[in-house]
Amino acid sequence: MPRVKVPRKSTAIDMTAMCDVAFLLLTFFILTATARQPEPLPVDTPASTVKIKLPETDVATVTIGQGKIFFGVKGQQIRINMLDRISKRYNLQFTEQEKVRFSVVETFGVPVANLKQFIALSNDERNQEGLQPGIPADSTDNQLHEWILAARYATKELNNKDLRLSIKGDAKEEYPEIKKVIDIFQKQKINKFSLITSLRQAEK
Amino acid sequence: MAELDTSSGGSKKGGKVRSKKQSTRIDLTAMVDLAFLLITFFMLTTTLAKPQAMDLAMPDKDEDKPESKLEIADNRTMTILLGQNNRIEWYMGLVDNPKTPTVDNFGRNGIRKALIEKIKEVRGITGDPKKGLIVLIKPSDKSSYRNLVDILDEMKISDVQTYAIVDITNPEIGLMKRDGIYK
Repeated sequence: MPRVKVPRKSTAIDMTAMCDVAFLLLTFFILTATARQPEPLPVDTPASTVKIKLPETDVATVTIGQGKIFFGVKGQQIRINMLDRISKRYNLQFTEQEKVRFSVVETFGVPVANLKQFIALSNDERNQEGLQPGIPADSTDNQLHEWILAARYATKELNNKDLRLSIKGDAKEEYPEIKKVIDIFQKQKINKFSLITSLRQAEK
Repeated sequence: MAELDTSSGGSKKGGKVRSKKQSTRIDLTAMVDLAFLLITFFMLTTTLAKPQAMDLAMPDKDEDKPESKLEIADNRTMTILLGQNNRIEWYMGLVDNPKTPTVDNFGRNGIRKALIEKIKEVRGITGDPKKGLIVLIKPSDKSSYRNLVDILDEMKISDVQTYAIVDITNPEIGLMKRDGIYK
């Protein structure tokens, strides 16, 4: 009796379709990617049920955590313009190179006096925890007020839009710290702002 | 696996010299590998979850215009005091004569129940759906930022139209001290 021969099939697969899909996905992810910036001040935002997304442009974020205040504005041109205004206000001189270096920093928390040293640091050094002492916001030396003012003017000049301020606070932060920032906002007649929260997963 | 097939149909003896017919199949394995590697990289580095923003409007704080302060009926106002250890206390009316001061918790069985109850009650009193409950949120120094966001969230959940964050006063701190949620 002749043996039934099992035909041997080739193991080679047509990978064209798989390759197509892979590159399609790749293109999608490259185009939608906004690289995650390392945060110098990690905060754990409280959860809420609101589902409104923060806009991408014309937004400034005041980060409050561990008793420190950090500040950040979206947009490189706005940051350069803001630095110009601050340098005028505090009589500091920055070179073009320093301005460009500053413009890539998303969030910072150093007093104006240390700004030059801060700009000279490399990106990794800047984000070391505890290196940035926070922006002073006392009534005697209210630098946060000046930064916010500069950022608002810069946004108005460049984009002709009102800057939207948002507070990104750590959940455990005590209320007086938050109050201090809200008071600075209100002193500039900013009565509308956003609180950044994370999404609450399930209803309690 | 896929391989580059370069074999021609076998050489024929004699005859014309034919140019070799090359196969168009290419080994795609490496390319797919690379593509998936990059996909993985971009998937992990993108921030998919954009932060949520809770909009908040504070009452105008104009020291020059004290007359802009609005008088409101005290049977419509509910004051929520945020104390320590995630405890809250609420009362209706004025602090000199607080009606039903209650120490409460956050969450569904705590403040939300009271809020929904009071919304109904006030609507019954005024008889006008536009004149609903007014909530004054007064965070004390002992409360945390989480408490503030939680209570604002409760306002959104129970659909309170009018609410404001107001500075706390001494009688209210006294009230909280009495009930042991502020030391």
